[in-house]
Amino acid sequence: MKPERPLVDVQGLSRVFDASKPWLNRMLEGEQRMLLKAVQDVSLQIGRRETFALVGESGSGKSTVAKMVVGLLQPTAGRVTIDGVDMWKTTASDEMTALRRRIQMIFQDPYASLNPRWRVGAIIADPLNAFGLTKGRDETEAKVAELLRLVGLDPADMHKYPHEFSGGQRQRICIARALSSNPEFLVCDEPTSALDVSVQAQILNLMRDLQDQLGLTYLFISHNLAVVRHMATRIGVMYLGRLVESQPSAELFKAPRHPYTRMLLDAVPDLKMSGRQRRMIEGEIPNPISPPAGCAFHPRCPLALDRCRVDVPTPFASGGRTLACHAVEV
Amino acid sequence: MTGPVLSVRNLRVEFPTRHGTLRAVDDISFDIAAGEVLGVVGESGAGKSMTGTAVIGLLEPPGRIAGGEVRLKGQRIDNLAGEALRRIRGRRIGMVFQDPLTSLNPLYRVGEQIIETMRTHLPMSEAQARRRAIELLSEVGIQGASDRLDSYPHQFSGGMRQRVVLALALCAEPELIVADEPTTALDVSIQAQIIQLIKRLCRERGTAVMLITHDMGVIAETADRVAVMYAGRIAEIGQVADVVQRPSHPYTKGLMGSIPTLEGSETRLVQIPGSMPRLTAIPQGCAFNPRCPQAFARCFLEQPAAVFVGRSEVACWLASATPVQGTP
Amino acid sequence: MNDSSAPKDVLDRSKPPRSRLARSLDSDIAASFLRSRVVVAAGIAAALMVLAAFGAPLLAPSNPYDLNSVNLLDANTPPVWHKDGDRRFLLGSDNQGRDILSTMLYGTRSSILIGLLAVAFALTLGVSLGLIAGYVGGRVDSVIMRVADVQLTFPAILTALLVDGVASVMFKNQSGGTTKFWILVFSIGLSYWVQYARTVRGVTLVERNKEYVQAARLIGMNQFSIMFRHVLPNVLSPVLVIATINLALAIITEATLSFLGVGLPPTTPSLGTMIGTGNEFLLSGDYWMVLFPGLTLAILVLSVNLLGDWLRDALNPKLR
Repeated sequence: MKPERPLVDVQGLSRVFDASKPWLNRMLEGEQRMLLKAVQDVSLQIGRRETFALVGESGSGKSTVAKMVVGLLQPTAGRVTIDGVDMWKTTASDEMTALRRRIQMIFQDPYASLNPRWRVGAIIADPLNAFGLTKGRDETEAKVAELLRLVGLDPADMHKYPHEFSGGQRQRICIARALSSNPEFLVCDEPTSALDVSVQAQILNLMRDLQDQLGLTYLFISHNLAVVRHMATRIGVMYLGRLVESQPSAELFKAPRHPYTRMLLDAVPDLKMSGRQRRMIEGEIPNPISPPAGCAFHPRCPLALDRCRVDVPTPFASGGRTLACHAVEV
Repeated sequence: MTGPVLSVRNLRVEFPTRHGTLRAVDDISFDIAAGEVLGVVGESGAGKSMTGTAVIGLLEPPGRIAGGEVRLKGQRIDNLAGEALRRIRGRRIGMVFQDPLTSLNPLYRVGEQIIETMRTHLPMSEAQARRRAIELLSEVGIQGASDRLDSYPHQFSGGMRQRVVLALALCAEPELIVADEPTTALDVSIQAQIIQLIKRLCRERGTAVMLITHDMGVIAETADRVAVMYAGRIAEIGQVADVVQRPSHPYTKGLMGSIPTLEGSETRLVQIPGSMPRLTAIPQGCAFNPRCPQAFARCFLEQPAAVFVGRSEVACWLASATPVQGTP
Repeated sequence: MNDSSAPKDVLDRSKPPRSRLARSLDSDIAASFLRSRVVVAAGIAAALMVLAAFGAPLLAPSNPYDLNSVNLLDANTPPVWHKDGDRRFLLGSDNQGRDILSTMLYGTRSSILIGLLAVAFALTLGVSLGLIAGYVGGRVDSVIMRVADVQLTFPAILTALLVDGVASVMFKNQSGGTTKFWILVFSIGLSYWVQYARTVRGVTLVERNKEYVQAARLIGMNQFSIMFRHVLPNVLSPVLVIATINLALAIITEATLSFLGVGLPPTTPSLGTMIGTGNEFLLSGDYWMVLFPGLTLAILVLSVNLLGDWLRDALNPKLR
């Protein structure tokens, strides 16, 4: 049996930001160009109806990956292929429009992601109009009402402004907007990290219900391992711009391979107060502008070998798993 | 046994507005003993930060303490003003906020700030204070403390800055530390380090800690007792193990169930419908009644008073209705 | 941010919904307006002056534009309370025999009109350029903002004088009041656009990184739609404040230009030309020709300025 083609295929994705001072300052102060390698050589596949989660701490580059996958940021190198269409190569504008309709995004900050001067109805109808999915005002309004009901809001809310809603309700509005173009693939960048826990539970439940109902595929970005555990079918762990490990969710939590993943799991506060043994991660996350040579994690790694200080470990992929570590056998 | 370090009785904080007076904190009482960490947990709008700012006398006008008492080792401090309050704040109460940059002056070296704070409050010579500052910085886990003393705040990373703030809060050997979301801005790996640090230092010195956070995980890790706040009132207060593992108040139960954990991956999280009411629209009776799955007639009419359930105090009519023998 | 109306809706759920007017009267902005007596007084003064100026044809005892009704023999009549005053000229007359009160009413109208139109012109130009500079960035941004920097090194009045001079030469043949009027609007407007452009650029730089803009980019919306449909509505409140304060400045600039004799011709009265002519007679004791237009100008500019200051505070949540 031929395996199904993954919906999303990311190959060798990299992104470099120019973090240097303006040209004149560099000339006068005799400074070098400073390049920030935010994402380096990230490859991953997401199957249909899967939830792939990217976890990592600040500076890991997970949000940058999300932006490149969704089409907001051009990669420096690498390829993003969605259902066979190479997103950054395609030049046919109708093909690009068709692709855009199928990918949507849910953002982190429910306060910044809705235009405060627009009514909720207009916000949700924006993608409908942009892709010409409805004809005439009545049809648009009916569709907006349907979407509001789908995310658990009152259709009458379409006449209100965003500031009249709480954070959780705003995130529902964002989801309604994202769903309005009938997308197959949703990129969610920390969708609940700005919300209170009880509201977070509502949104996470809603997202799972919607996935079952509409057959959605998620790329889920989060720093919260417990949330990821609840949502993801597969998980990728990023550290300083590189994917260090990816595994099916259950296996990753049962048997984390990469030393960084293990420590990350240990750092999560223990709510059950089981008194499980934990090891603190020592040290700080290095500055991404001047990362350590070799494996970026080696200064904090308890298993570091001599080789780790010199060679960058290449991700070794087998059977849907990836691991980039010299010290741990695959 | 000596009395509690901090004792808050029937504290009320109000905000007069054009649309009437808003009550941000409503009739709150709790004690913190020496060396004890009391967690104050709640979602945004619960009034937890407001309680903290009221305790340290930093309420911003028009907010004001409308009733109740705050006592520090028996001495009333809620009615102090100006210089008297300022002296207590640096000397006897230390503070740690979410953003370390609000506590550090960007224009002074961190050493100068610590030394100056120490010398304002304690009889110390410059050299003594400097020695003490180095000790403190290494105690909070800053390597090469004697060199870092002359660095400016912006030369530290976020986690290191929070360590400096902790050193600053501890430098005058206060009896109480009020920490408002001290780890919220930090990454998980750094958060764990800071939590351990706060816990260890306060235990060693017998400092009482009021730890305000929205993160139940942090509370479970750090606190000895926890007060769960909802809409300006304490819903439940008790030993951490009791509250976290056997919550009694329907809100606490819902809250605990709604937190995703590393262990289980149930299909659905427990979900409390709705959200925290705005201060302008706190429902009559028990403020939780619109979201409560077990609300009954009385909950819509009267505010429940706290009663003992086991070792915890719970403000819920369900708890009052069931006869429970509790020993304080 | 502006969370003012939501809690009220919650509070008022029992009552029937109120009209838009009733709600806006109850808003925080309205409340802060009513709180300060100075602002209320300034508002009333400004409103009265605008009403009087635009009602000039109805209110004025005579029409200063109507040369037939002007008689040189009435020149330099003092106000009525002087013993040789004339009841036709309540506040006296000028050197042409025109009634000061009437001329002032018509003159205020020209001043306010020129001010408003100049502000509208500066605002349109500045806001558009600021939006483009902030949103597009890169070279476009550099070019626009360097031009703005260069213009900032000249005082506004100098820019206005320059533009006015060039334009006057260009339209030499049409020396009528109307041409001059539009030249003034253009030259004053051109000298004040920089402030709008800088402010709007700053706010745009913040707004363009907000997630609602990314959401719009995601559905393939083009840059101009994003700029004008999404970003523009969110940069307007600081613009409103600048515009109000700018109105006062524009009125003064017009008065200054007219006073200097490069503004409106004496046949088309404005507060500036009146003060200019009156100035020549000040030493001979005919104070009324300069005093009344001067006072009017001062009160007008002061009240508009006060309104602008209040608006800035009211719209700035940090100062509240």
